[in-house]
Formats: sequence, structure tokens, C-alpha cells
Amino acid sequence: MADKGGLRTPLARARGLGPAKDGVAHWWAQRVTAVALVPLVIWFVASIVLLSNCSYERFTAWIGSPLPAVLTILLIVATFRHAQLGLQVVIEDYVHREGTKLAGIVLVKLGAFALGTAAVFSVLKISFGG
Amino acid sequence: MAELSLPRNSKVKPGKTWPAPSGAGRIKKFKIYRWTPDDGENPRLDTYEVDLDACGPMVLDAIIKIKNETDSTLTFRRSCREGVCGSCAFNINGTNTLACTTHISELDGDIRIYPLPHLPVIRDLVPDISIPAAQYRTIEPWIKTDSPPPERERLQSPEEREQLDGLWECILCFCCQTSCPSYWWNGERYLGPAILLQAYRWLADSRDEATGARLDALEDPFRLYRCHTIMNCTRTCPKDLNPAKAIAEIKKMMVARR
Repeated sequence: MADKGGLRTPLARARGLGPAKDGVAHWWAQRVTAVALVPLVIWFVASIVLLSNCSYERFTAWIGSPLPAVLTILLIVATFRHAQLGLQVVIEDYVHREGTKLAGIVLVKLGAFALGTAAVFSVLKISFGG
Repeated sequence: MAELSLPRNSKVKPGKTWPAPSGAGRIKKFKIYRWTPDDGENPRLDTYEVDLDACGPMVLDAIIKIKNETDSTLTFRRSCREGVCGSCAFNINGTNTLACTTHISELDGDIRIYPLPHLPVIRDLVPDISIPAAQYRTIEPWIKTDSPPPERERLQSPEEREQLDGLWECILCFCCQTSCPSYWWNGERYLGPAILLQAYRWLADSRDEATGARLDALEDPFRLYRCHTIMNCTRTCPKDLNPAKAIAEIKKMMVARR
């Protein structure tokens, strides 16, 4: 740590750029999505197990019907939001070159949004007649 | 990136052995980290044989005996020798703790003593604590009020005073601070468990009038939210305090004021 500061005083280094006045929203969103995922994942895994032997037509008919479609979309949104928040924390923890860190965080955000959108679209397409 | 191995000039090499005087009774080996900036050499691990029959019961007693009788170049901090000043914090057999409150008899086999982890070493067991000390300064650890000063003491109910128990006892030895992997990886931006426990000591004080401003100064993805409840801090605290709980209380206050 000592060699990274140049000739700045320890207090200047400790104060840095000051507090970001941000972070509680990120932390809270991670907790809320985690709570939401508990029932959603249990429901989804139980449903998949119950439907594991059924035909393709039966499965698409099930996932396209209103309640399973809505719950699956909620599962997708919560999963990708939670994953994006968590991966961002991992990158902030371990990547210390500012450029690489910023690129990593942007990539995770765009990637989660793109994959989530594709997954939601898939459910909607099945539901509204694919 | 996170540093998973030591740089080449930090690798610890075997050092000298200082045998106990002949006729010594119960011998215990102390393997102590040695490094000086003067000779350009790597750190080394010196072995000191100590006669426990002629030594006090604590690890600090043995280190002082070594300095007095065997090797006066051994460098370390110590002051109160009773767990109040926080100076003799070392990594002893892999755990950050105070040498003055650790019984030699608690420790099996050879005793390995290193400086607190992941701080720059000044010499031997003396780490550079200027960054954590400056971080302590940033939380402004003093009472802040705007109301006119009262004629007498600032009153507090017994229940309000109780809120400070488990907080005021912290001696800033930085055992918890330097046990935290999150602090290792982001030590200049994350305030760390010791500083956050101290920050909560002022947030929890019913007499303080700057709670909001204090929370403002902590609300930051790095200063506060690098805590991932790893719990090393609470496990290692030689005063049996709970920095992880203090940090959780700060996070709760952050949510409560939204």
C-alpha cells in the first residue's frame, strides 16, 4: 500500500475522492432480489422436476400459460439483476486497474441486460404463440 | 488484481537459530519474522530457543526476554503489557492477536510470530499503520454537537449508555483490520472493520448530533460496502468485540434513512 501513494500524505490518500454518496441502493437491491429468488427458484425447480418427463408441446403449453409465464419472467429479471449486482462487486473487489474495472462492470451490465431481455422475449414468444 | 503470492523480495527465507543457554529446562522455540530495510535482503525467520522456566507466562514476556537477553536488534512495538494499548498486535501462529494477552501455554509446538498481515513492514514486527490511522481520522472520532453546551455533563440514560458497550472497548490494535481479506484487496478505499466499529461507536452515541453527516461520509461502495461478512474480524478480535455486527448496524441505519 505504501508505494502506491507517491508523496501524498496518508490523510489525503485515506480521504481520496470523498464518499460516493451511493452504495445503499446497490446493497439493498441485492438483498431484495435474493429474497425474491428464494420462492421463485424453489417453484421453478419443483416445476421442472414435475414436468421432466412431459412432451415438448405440453411443456411449452405450460410455460406459455399466464401464471408460469409471469413467474418465469420474474425469475429471469431477479436472476439477471442479482447476478449483475454480485459480479460487479466481485470485479470491484479484485480488479484494481481502473480501465479494466470499468470495462468489466459495463460488460457485465450490458451482458446481463441482453441475456435477460432475450430470455424474457423467449417466454413471451412462447406465450403469445411462437 | 488480488495478490495471491508474495513478491520475490518479500519471500521469507530461513534465518539464524539462537540456542537456549546450556542447562535450560523447558525449551520453547519462537520463530520470528525478521526484516530490515538496511541490507537489501529478503525477510527471514529466526528461531529463538527460550527457557520457559526463566520466562514470564505471556508471548510478550518471551519476546521481551529475547530482546533483553539474546538479540537486542529484534524490533517490535509494546507498551502497556495488559491488553489496553494495542501496541503488541502480531500474527501469532496464524492468528492476529495481542502478544501480551496470549499465554505461551495456549500454543502447541513452535510459536511463529509475524507482523500484522498486508501492511508495509517498517522493520521486523513493526508495520506501517499510517493509512489505517489516517482512515480513523477521516471518521472524525469525537463528539459533534450544534446545541449550546449544557451547564453540566451531557446526560445519557442507562439504556443509551448501554448502546456503547462492545464499542468503547476497542483499542485500535488493528488485529481485525488486517485480518480482513476485503481490507487486503482494497485497503485504501475500504475503511475496514476497526475504523467502521469506531464509526458506529459515534453513530450509536445518543449525545452526538451529527449522525446524518456521519452516514453521508460512509455511504460509498468502497468505504462501507466492501464488507462481505467474512467475519474474520470478529473471530480474531483479542478484546472479544464484534466489528461485523457494528458494520451490519451501520448498513441497517443506511436503509432506515432512505
